[in-house]
Amino acid sequence: MYAQLVDTGTKRLKTREEMSPEERDFQDKIDAETKIEAKNWMPDGYRKTLIRQISQHAHSEIVGMLPEGNWVTRAPTLKRKLQLMAKIQDEAGHGLYLYSAMETLGADRDEEIQKLHDGKAKYSSIFNYPTLNWADMGAVGWLVDGAAIVNQVVLQRTSYGPYSRAMVRICKEESFHQRQGFQILLDMMRQGTQAQKDMVQDAINRLWWPALMMFGPHDDESPNSQQSMVWKIKRKSNDELRQMFIDQTIPQLEFLGCTAPDPDLKWNEETGHYDFGAIDWKEFYDVLKGDGPCNRERISTRRKAIDEGTWVREAAVAYAAKQKQRAAA
Amino acid sequence: MTEQKALQDYLLRLADSDMILSQRLCELCGKAPAIEEEMAIMNVGLDLVGQARNWYEYAAELIDDGRDADKLCFLRDALDYRNLLLVEQPNEDYAVTMARQFFFDVWHYFILKNLVNASDERIANIAAKAVKEATYHLRRSSEWVKRMGDGTEESHRRIQEAFDLLWRFTGELVTPDETDHAMFKAGIGPDPEKLKQDWFGMVREVAAQATLKTGAEDAWMYMGGKSGVHTEHLGFILAEMQFLPRAYPDATTW
Repeated sequence: MYAQLVDTGTKRLKTREEMSPEERDFQDKIDAETKIEAKNWMPDGYRKTLIRQISQHAHSEIVGMLPEGNWVTRAPTLKRKLQLMAKIQDEAGHGLYLYSAMETLGADRDEEIQKLHDGKAKYSSIFNYPTLNWADMGAVGWLVDGAAIVNQVVLQRTSYGPYSRAMVRICKEESFHQRQGFQILLDMMRQGTQAQKDMVQDAINRLWWPALMMFGPHDDESPNSQQSMVWKIKRKSNDELRQMFIDQTIPQLEFLGCTAPDPDLKWNEETGHYDFGAIDWKEFYDVLKGDGPCNRERISTRRKAIDEGTWVREAAVAYAAKQKQRAAA
Repeated sequence: MTEQKALQDYLLRLADSDMILSQRLCELCGKAPAIEEEMAIMNVGLDLVGQARNWYEYAAELIDDGRDADKLCFLRDALDYRNLLLVEQPNEDYAVTMARQFFFDVWHYFILKNLVNASDERIANIAAKAVKEATYHLRRSSEWVKRMGDGTEESHRRIQEAFDLLWRFTGELVTPDETDHAMFKAGIGPDPEKLKQDWFGMVREVAAQATLKTGAEDAWMYMGGKSGVHTEHLGFILAEMQFLPRAYPDATTW
């Protein structure tokens, strides 16, 4: 999930009696699965929550290019290089697309990006982990895009029209990335040397828990979930999504011939799901607060890119203004 | 030099120049001045690697010594690389990145436009697709040169400095050597004299619109890439790009 702990600004749900007529009308629409569009009336909290969630999602796409940028100059074959570059290009496109969806809510892209650079806006915790060997490019595609898809497939039904439509398009590309990521790992496991197989297992060992953390805290620790669910911004709970991800991923892990770094992971005949070990929530909250392995580097790289690019953007604006002036003259 | 040898050489020049420029663009991932530029950079880079692969594949068939496209790309050292010196120059600021791209794109466009009619059908087919991409690349970099040149005082200064910095590497683009002459004679490459006129013509036209000065045609030029004598930068580019295949020589698949 590319959005974690999105604040809804509400302490408790309003009862129907407490709602204004507009709020009641709005909630009826949501309950009837009618999509909310940009021009429709919406509660302030709904608007703000969506701006937070969509901007987090967009920031994640952009920051998420950095761990891949770490290996795109070292992709080992022409085919893998082409695939990785195409994936990165898609991610930049997703970022742009999501910022546009966010702007339909009256938010400003530059302002939201500034919040990211000031440490006031979040992005997915997963991108604060380093990519240390080539197999990470496979594991990121498989696990990280995989976890994102589980969330985003559900978000295709989210109540806000522009976000929902963005998800439909993004999901198609993400599932392509996930299959490619899996293929990278499978080729190394099936046809690779021992050193390559070791890379794959090492990548999984490092990214496994951070991938599970992508879904956010347990439901009872997720204070904003309830309101988001009622507004149908969120459609399934963090724990539900995490379980779905684990259930679909373990058979793939076994197919690879790899293991997860979790001694408690086992199939539960009774529940029909996999049981898994305790997540280290301290690590999760540390990473969210800024104390992950790469938080500082990720943000400083992004900030530097935008700061050093200021003159370029200013040039484009100045040139456009001159052209306009000349056309008018 | 036999025509066959010249052709192999020519294909490697095209492939290596595409590849090394793309490698420089990859270095900018996540560091571009705007998200739109992130997309454009990857897009252009992707086109270039795609073209490089096509040229490498054909070159590998002609060389026919058991090496495939990947081996040509990832297992030759600097002295066997045939790229233009221009494309191995570092990104520096975005003005240098864009001036490098523009000088290259003008050359690339006229080369490919000519190769579309090459007597060698395989080359003509590759070029037919590539020239469409190069046309877009040239439009984009020309637009940026104009925006920077005729934008703000700072952008003008930066792009002018970039033009001045890189001018010495442009001679190689339009100074023919034995291979270029052989390829023209074989009905593959462009008329070297015509290429030179075309390149200077377009560069001066865009520069004029961008209110920029270009260097002299007879200025001192730094050359050597086409014959494998490079600047100090290429060794580092290759060390990074070729790391995995060289560190894991037993790995046959990735």
